[in-house]
Amino acid sequence: MKLKKFRILLTLMAGLVLTACGEVVDEESITAVGSSALQPLVEAAGEQYSAENLGKFINVQGGGSGTGLSQIAADAVDIGNSDIFAEENTGIDASKLKDHRVAVVGITPIVTPGTGVTNVTLEELQGIFTGEITNWKELGGIDLPITVLNRSSGSGTRATFEKWVLGDDLKSVVSQEQESSGTVRQIVANTPGTISYVAFSYVNDDVEALSINGVEPTDKNVSTNEWIIWSYEHMYTNGEPTGLTKDFLDYMLSQEVQGGLIEALGYIPITKMQVERDFEGNTIPAENP
Amino acid sequence: MEETQSKFTQKSQKRKFEQFGRTISFICIAFIVLVVLSILYFVISKGLSTFTTDGVSVIDFLFGNTWRPGEVGENGAPLVGALPMILGSFYVTLLSAVLATPFAIAAAIYMIEISPKNGKKILQPVIELLVGIPSVVYGFIGLTVIVPFIRNIFGGTGFGILSATMVLFVMILPTVTSMAVDALNAVPRHYREASLAMGGTRWQTIYKVVLRAATPGLLTAVVFGMARAFGEALAVQMVIGNAALVPTDLITPASTLTSILTMSMGNTVMGTLENNVLWSLATILLVMALFFNILTRWIGKKGAMKK
Amino acid sequence: MNPKKVDKIAVGVIYAMSGVIVLILASLLLFILWRGLPQISWEFLTAPAKSFQVGGGVGIQLFNSFYLLLLTMLISTPLALGAAIYLSEYAKQNWMTDFVRTAIEVLSSLPSVVVGLFGFLIFVIQFDFGFSILSGALALTIFNLPLLTRTIEDSLQAIPATQREAGLALGLSRWETVTRVILPAALPGIITGMILAAGRIFGEAAALIYTAGQSAPALDFTNWNPQSITSPLNIFRPAETLAVHIWKINSEGVMPDGAEVSAGASAVLIIAVMLFNLGSRYLGRKLQKKATSA
Repeated sequence: MKLKKFRILLTLMAGLVLTACGEVVDEESITAVGSSALQPLVEAAGEQYSAENLGKFINVQGGGSGTGLSQIAADAVDIGNSDIFAEENTGIDASKLKDHRVAVVGITPIVTPGTGVTNVTLEELQGIFTGEITNWKELGGIDLPITVLNRSSGSGTRATFEKWVLGDDLKSVVSQEQESSGTVRQIVANTPGTISYVAFSYVNDDVEALSINGVEPTDKNVSTNEWIIWSYEHMYTNGEPTGLTKDFLDYMLSQEVQGGLIEALGYIPITKMQVERDFEGNTIPAENP
Repeated sequence: MEETQSKFTQKSQKRKFEQFGRTISFICIAFIVLVVLSILYFVISKGLSTFTTDGVSVIDFLFGNTWRPGEVGENGAPLVGALPMILGSFYVTLLSAVLATPFAIAAAIYMIEISPKNGKKILQPVIELLVGIPSVVYGFIGLTVIVPFIRNIFGGTGFGILSATMVLFVMILPTVTSMAVDALNAVPRHYREASLAMGGTRWQTIYKVVLRAATPGLLTAVVFGMARAFGEALAVQMVIGNAALVPTDLITPASTLTSILTMSMGNTVMGTLENNVLWSLATILLVMALFFNILTRWIGKKGAMKK
Repeated sequence: MNPKKVDKIAVGVIYAMSGVIVLILASLLLFILWRGLPQISWEFLTAPAKSFQVGGGVGIQLFNSFYLLLLTMLISTPLALGAAIYLSEYAKQNWMTDFVRTAIEVLSSLPSVVVGLFGFLIFVIQFDFGFSILSGALALTIFNLPLLTRTIEDSLQAIPATQREAGLALGLSRWETVTRVILPAALPGIITGMILAAGRIFGEAAALIYTAGQSAPALDFTNWNPQSITSPLNIFRPAETLAVHIWKINSEGVMPDGAEVSAGASAVLIIAVMLFNLGSRYLGRKLQKKATSA
């Protein structure tokens, strides 16, 4: 009786495999892998694209910028999403990769509401993250110890934050770390005296964003580079894109996405940027201000 | 004539059948072993490349207490000391096991010796349900309930080994309890009857006869619970704080092997030191799992000999 | 002290500790249900998820969870059953068998993210299955085989030796004894093992993030051509499950009602696990009745 069951199971499995190889349907799909910060945008754009172009599918997965860069360099996927320049990452042969910058994200320090501090200088921020300033009262706030919360090392958000706040020489104090923006925001919201950093789109009423040197973290200040903590969202291809990949990347840069989805999701359209930055951090005025 | 001869020389239908079954089941086990070995090879070979390709010394890795992959120390060697995580993993595992064991054994005694009916009706289904809750949900509840609770009572941020222990306690409780139930179930009925017949009270029977007889099984249950705690990642990661510091007390942020491993995996590029060293952490986990396993076997053998 | 008094105190302590456990476990379940149940509606159970607007449902994720469970069970149950039969009935008690058991059990304590990455590099990239249900099911199979094999073997071993001897004495071959006598008798134990495994499949996230993927393309439930990407049957489409969805909302979700969706999804998950457990128990009892009386 059990044997019979075995056979049924085997036939079922064989059936599944066979039907999978059956008729051919006129459909096409590409896969984009990488940055979890960029994932919601590409996913939403992919859905919209599929709705307009029947039979074309954009398969978007996360996994982290490291995964995205590794896999696009290995040519295992069609698009590799990353928060950081491929050149910033050792172990990646950036020469073969073609960079498509689709959006910009601003990153802001966030603190638990009620510390009494809403503006810091860049030096003070450095002091907090290197562990020299340990109490909010040193910054004119209430008497409450400062808890530093970092993103995990290697995360694109952390890399960007440390590059523009700490620079090359200063090292962050060993602190708590969390993997995702959602968890970071939740912990900052609930743990008195905590400071961390997230992309603008994750700031809500539960946490307080800090101004730096009197500059507020707004999209407008990012576009003029007055707010310096921002990074590009890259979609890398291995060599020049072709076919559906090219079509989709063009769509990402079209007014439909740049003017609509990107702002709806809290990113900053690449077309609005008045400056441009290269991977070494040098600033050049944008070609199309 | 020929028919008779063929009957004797050819394999009988039954024998063919028997061989068929044996072959099928052998193929299954061989396949599983192949998969297991390829995973082990995959993890260990990647883990060892930290030492072979990147030239990190094993001593520095196991006993160093600074974890900053990607940076080099004063002597030029990469800062990849895993001691904080190794200790963190040990602490949370041991503490949660110490906390969970008495509760699990008490529940098992209740289900087997005191009130089997209620036990089967209420506890068993609940335990089976709890296995299906994703770690994320456990972690989330830990973050919203346990962490603030610890913070209000002991001060600090609330993140740390104590919070992780509490979450793991609840997570391994179902595993340990159901295995402890199995262990008590395996104690032959006549042991109990003999004890009761000699005038022992219920507690004397449980304590002096049943628990003694079931000791190896109970220890196995605990060890399995510890292995589960050791390998848990997502929930622990949300409540332990993930600070790569050698733990000094229970309420300051610490980290475990799995929490660091899971957090950093996606952000590193394959083939770099930062990535290889994570596989080295996985290798430590494997070795530890092996250690727990051998411990279980050894306990089982020792118990069996006494009988 | 008087043994009777000790007895009373000890039993009292046991009652108290069991009570504490029930309290903890029950309040955990109630907490999840209490937060989640208000979110659940027909709309929530059937609507597709939204990535950044309010009002997303979990319909596709729920379907994916069940489909993935089915596929994983289809692959892993025969394998685990065969392996368990071999270990319990045929294998000699020597160091080789010990080694095999150890290897299998060591696998079970690997963090699932390692299994997930292995699946990613082998199934998704090497075999070119892509982010798909198939890759996810294979990764989950690896993840589940140790536990499943172990529980099935245990329940086979729990059948008294006299039953085997009776089978052999009747002139049945060993294989026939196993399939016709031992397996039906061990069915309840096997079902329990499968239920525990199913629970883990429902709840697993880390191993699936890199294999079955974290996107759920819209499905067309009228399209039954397994080759089409919008067909629910296609095993080569990416499929985010309920547990992965919960993980994703909590980590990088940007929808304003993320907390509510996550609470609702957790409650749906628990109810699904509960229904599945009840169902398979019922089915197991029926099957056993049929198999042992036949």
